[in-house]
Amino acid sequence: MLRQAQHQGIAVEATDLVKEFGETRAVDGVSLAVPAGSIYGLLGPNGAGKTTILRILLGIIDPSSGTRRVLGHERPLEAAREVGYLPEERGLYPAMTAREAIAFVGALRGLPLREGRQRADVLLKQHNLSDWARKPIRNLSKGMAQTVQLLGTMVHKPRLIVLDEPFAGLDAINQGRLEDLIRSEAREGATIIFSTHVIAHAERLCERIAIIAKGKVAFEGRVDEARGRLRPIVRLRTRADDGPWRSAIPQSARREGDEWVFELPEGGPEPLLKALIDGGAGIETLAIERPGLHDAFVAIAGNSAAAEMTTAEPVE
Amino acid sequence: MMRFIRSAFVIARRDFAATVLSKTFLFFLLGPLFPLLLGGAFGSIGARVASRTERPVVAVVMPSNSTARIAAARERLAGAIGQDALVTLVYYAPQRDLAAQQKRLLASGGPPIRAVLTGSLGNPHLAGDIGADDPTARQIDLILRDAVTPSLPAPPLHVSPADASSGSLAKDRALTGQIGQVALFFLTLMLSTMVLSQLIEEKSNKIIEVIAAAIPIDAMFVGKLFAMLAASVLGLVVWIGGGAFLIQLISRGGVQTLAVPAIGWPGFLALAVLYFGMNYLLLGAVFMTIGAQASTAREVQTMSMPVTFGQVLIFGFASTAIGSPDTPEALAAAIFPLSSPMVMLARAAEQPGWWPHVAALAWQALWVTLILRLGARLFRKTVLKSGPRTRGWWRRKAAV
Repeated sequence: MLRQAQHQGIAVEATDLVKEFGETRAVDGVSLAVPAGSIYGLLGPNGAGKTTILRILLGIIDPSSGTRRVLGHERPLEAAREVGYLPEERGLYPAMTAREAIAFVGALRGLPLREGRQRADVLLKQHNLSDWARKPIRNLSKGMAQTVQLLGTMVHKPRLIVLDEPFAGLDAINQGRLEDLIRSEAREGATIIFSTHVIAHAERLCERIAIIAKGKVAFEGRVDEARGRLRPIVRLRTRADDGPWRSAIPQSARREGDEWVFELPEGGPEPLLKALIDGGAGIETLAIERPGLHDAFVAIAGNSAAAEMTTAEPVE
Repeated sequence: MMRFIRSAFVIARRDFAATVLSKTFLFFLLGPLFPLLLGGAFGSIGARVASRTERPVVAVVMPSNSTARIAAARERLAGAIGQDALVTLVYYAPQRDLAAQQKRLLASGGPPIRAVLTGSLGNPHLAGDIGADDPTARQIDLILRDAVTPSLPAPPLHVSPADASSGSLAKDRALTGQIGQVALFFLTLMLSTMVLSQLIEEKSNKIIEVIAAAIPIDAMFVGKLFAMLAASVLGLVVWIGGGAFLIQLISRGGVQTLAVPAIGWPGFLALAVLYFGMNYLLLGAVFMTIGAQASTAREVQTMSMPVTFGQVLIFGFASTAIGSPDTPEALAAAIFPLSSPMVMLARAAEQPGWWPHVAALAWQALWVTLILRLGARLFRKTVLKSGPRTRGWWRRKAAV
């Protein structure tokens, strides 16, 4: 089915990927499909296997078993010229200038060096780094060096951009800029895959996500589908403490202060509202909340995985 | 294939520029000067010490007419076998108490006298820490014989100098081959530790992930190896130019004093460059494979000693071919890929014929490819942790 999907605009697909390191199974039967032109998030706590999945997809390592297809190529390196990659552990040659570093990464992907330098100048100007273009990387701040590496990832205008924890280490302003950059690349038709352990980024950027827990895909689909797995939450405040209306709310309802909190029953809001009024609840407030991605993540991956996730990236 | 070459070129260009444009490259160029200076300094000190301590000194305590004949006899002998090979004689007039004089001379420290020759030409007596079969005693015997034998008229010996005899030519060509082999050995010896640490920069800077995602690891290995080769060839040009100039300056006949190689000078020099390249690529590919496993500079330092010993062993194996290029040992050393370039360079000095060199170069190129592929595979397997999990036969057996 995934192979069929390839012809329907799938940029990256993986089928039953397994990766073992000694006795440890880091990736355990992962299958996923990334639509071309989408922003796709790999969401999971540290150690879930996100980086290993990305490294397999990019051909840095081979899987113990399973197959992958990147931009139509079964050998990912054959598509390398159309791929950009920002690894989790950032790295550049410290003695290289910012301009040369961007051109070098482009050259690795087949971009002629002269053209790479010209594009590097434009990109550095767009990101207010022109003054640093001819300075060695070792003289740049961590954030600047990270931006330079990111620009190197995109200098050859790849069709697929893979970013491993791209927001790590960036301050709030640069996180916002990076989100804008990702959106702009997607608008130009690039497919973006990024891994993150920060739910907020995935929620803001992604159309589709894969929730990874213990090397397995716990969920793969659209963000609203993930949310849709949970019923909306009802927050109810009544004047009456007890009465016939109590039979209208589920037994699993819990008290939070002077509120009742429970999942919206299957019938929807109207029957609930009617039962509460008829039962003499004396409704003071009734709010129906759509569950967030975090709630969906807790429901899908479990509390322990959720505890390791952060809702926002700590800024530097 | 073009993509592979282009990828390797990107790496090679970066590495070459980073190496040659760094300040430390000047030290690399000056590198050969240090062993030469040290060798010169220690060599001359050693030679002085050796000449002082190793050449025996014999005191001659005889009447002046006897000592004059002995001195003349010694000079005649020295003309034949050389001053340095002959016992040194110091002359003293006999004193009244000859026994005491002899005792004093033997105890004397300047010059350190090993034996004392007393008596007369008709009845000489040698006393000291010396046996009858001692070479010093035999030399004294020869000198005395010459001194007492009246000079006999002998027919003059006519000497006709020839360019080379078969005996001397073979010996001189072996020397040319040996010089080539030693030069090749030292050049690659210096480069080995540099090659060992080639991947440390990428691994410590984490840029290895970016490279591994963009180009084949084999291309990275090839690029790095050729960058170092290009840098070392640049060094080689400087060193050869400087070396030839120095030899020309200090030697009477300069480089012309070396015997013409069997294959001729142009061919020999062309082969020297090719074999240097092959020797470097072969050893470099092995060392890069080993060095790629290291994560830190300390690990590289730990590896460099066994690697150097390994090179010395290979050099020892290759040197068995000098002077006898057709023996089974020499052929084995020519076939063994890591010693092959050194052996074949010596062969070029000693034996004519191009085909063995064409075959050897093809054989060596094949091994460079094999080692590089193996190295890249090992790097992917052990450093990048790539590939399907392989079970050892013992585990497979246990699983059954």
